Amino acid sequence: MNIYVILKRTFDTEEKIVIENGKISEDGVEFIINPYDEYAVEEAIKLRDEHGGEVTVVTVGEEESDKQLRTALAMGADKSVLIDDEDVEDGDQFSTAKILAAYFEDKEVDIIIGGNVAIDGASGQVGPRLAELLDIPHVTTITKLEIDGTNVKIERDVEGDVEVIETSLPVLVTAQQGLNEPRYPSLPGIMKAKKKPLEELEIDDLDLDEDEVEGKTRTLEVYLPPEKQAGKVLEGELDDQVKELVSLLRSEAKVI
Amino acid sequence: MNFDLTDEQKMIYKMIREFAEEEVAPGAEQRDKEKRFPVEMFKKLGDLGLMGLPFPEEYGGGGADTVSFAIVVEELSRACGSAGITYSAHISLGGAPINMFGTEEQKQKYLTPICTGESLGAFGLTEPNAGSDAGGTETTAIHQEGEWVINGSKCFITNASYAKNLALTAVTDRKDGEKEITAFITSTEAPGFKVIDNYEKLGLNSSNTTELIMEDVRVPEENMLGKRGNGFRQFLMTLDGGRIGIGAMGVGIAQAAYEKALSYAQERKQFGKPLSKFQATQFKLADMAMKIELARTMVYKAAWLKDQGRKFAKEASMAKLYASEICMEVCTQAIQIHGGYGYMKDYHVERYYRDGRLLEIGEGTSEVQRMVIARELGC
Repeated sequence: MNIYVILKRTFDTEEKIVIENGKISEDGVEFIINPYDEYAVEEAIKLRDEHGGEVTVVTVGEEESDKQLRTALAMGADKSVLIDDEDVEDGDQFSTAKILAAYFEDKEVDIIIGGNVAIDGASGQVGPRLAELLDIPHVTTITKLEIDGTNVKIERDVEGDVEVIETSLPVLVTAQQGLNEPRYPSLPGIMKAKKKPLEELEIDDLDLDEDEVEGKTRTLEVYLPPEKQAGKVLEGELDDQVKELVSLLRSEAKVI
Repeated sequence: MNFDLTDEQKMIYKMIREFAEEEVAPGAEQRDKEKRFPVEMFKKLGDLGLMGLPFPEEYGGGGADTVSFAIVVEELSRACGSAGITYSAHISLGGAPINMFGTEEQKQKYLTPICTGESLGAFGLTEPNAGSDAGGTETTAIHQEGEWVINGSKCFITNASYAKNLALTAVTDRKDGEKEITAFITSTEAPGFKVIDNYEKLGLNSSNTTELIMEDVRVPEENMLGKRGNGFRQFLMTLDGGRIGIGAMGVGIAQAAYEKALSYAQERKQFGKPLSKFQATQFKLADMAMKIELARTMVYKAAWLKDQGRKFAKEASMAKLYASEICMEVCTQAIQIHGGYGYMKDYHVERYYRDGRLLEIGEGTSEVQRMVIARELGC
């Protein structure tokens, strides 16, 4: 099977967001594989071990994304591709999907697995957009995947309920929490990761023009959510508290 | 100069930190209370290929370096000191002497199961009358009919209940009042070999500490480890490497205590503000963070020297001595910052304090470290 994973490098979930000059500062920040993409890597490795074939991990991003690709290789992926989008102006989901589509144009694909959303931008768009461009079916937020020949049986999370879907290869799916438990990269995996192929591509190598993939969205402002105010604890007799609460809801919070 | 970890070291750090936080830290307090050795945890570490970390791949090892070893010991110890000592002793006392002094056949036979984690590594050196003064060794090995017959006892031996084989030292001859000490690889299942596991300890309760009794234990000729009469020199070299492990443990336990103290100081309010806003607490925390940073840097330096194939005995002693002493200072202050709660088990810092105390004693007391350093200085 030709198994592909689309993966994104994101902020570590434990990092504090700092805004400098209208941009999120990346100074001294730790980066990780987007946690949902880790499920995708794990599922891809499991599929390969069960059905044979090869797992290729593809990312669109900055040069430093090689660290995350190496981690995926250490987990057990076979090959990786880094498409450098440094030259793309205001890159957004449109840009990434278009670049990926150009990469996949001449590839024989059985399945593409991505994360349900990236925890930074959280648009969840790149997967479905890519499937549309490649004209293959896509299923998002999957929690179970079974492949038999070219038949694919999928369970997906629909706001807490389960939807069962049958489709066929080639297909693009995006992983939801619960799909699997991503493995730790093993020590031999880590030591071997450097020897596995990591192909680096520029936009030009995909016969794309920078203008063609320029982002379609414009960022107007970047700001942090307002700081949480301390709560108010009411005191006194219960009846008085209720009266005070109602009056506060009416006059201060203006919700009734 | 370059203070960056390599890509491999960074990946190993990330992997072991996640593993330690998810698999090692959660039960640490309970294991300490129950004095339970977590066999399953070391099985998982074996599956990840970590039990043979610094040893050659041909024996099932990981082929990683000493800096990576220090990283793994620090992270395990940050989660649970007992896990740290078990792992450190497994590698640096159990596996290392076989790797350094063993023949090809001995490595195939005895190092491989250590690398896979099938057997834990242990080292029989200390005796009731031979602690810092290994010259006091009384265990004897007498050559009889093409075999060595070993009699004697060892004490405070880490991991032996889970070791299928271990290296131990014995007196093989006496010349002009000088003892000739030689090392042997011995099966713990051999007739006459007894492993007793009933020490009551201050800390490191979920690690395995044992007494060994050898009564006419017969060891084949080919199980001599290294050269006859070199046992003393060999174990000194083994301990040099072990000290990097103990130093890394000190850093890990101190780091855990400091993190608990910092987060407690930020939450706990007295006199209307968090403890962390009082200069008395701030100075304590600043000192703790500084000492840990210095200790870690020294541990890394000793490990790096070893990886470069350079002399590292002095630096390893300095790292072990400094890290173990600041570990106790940091744990003392972490309890102090916690006040009465720090004395209670649920706040963990009292465990760090008990666990850390061994580091000033094991693999050469602080006094012995100062002797080693002074000797290296030319005194």
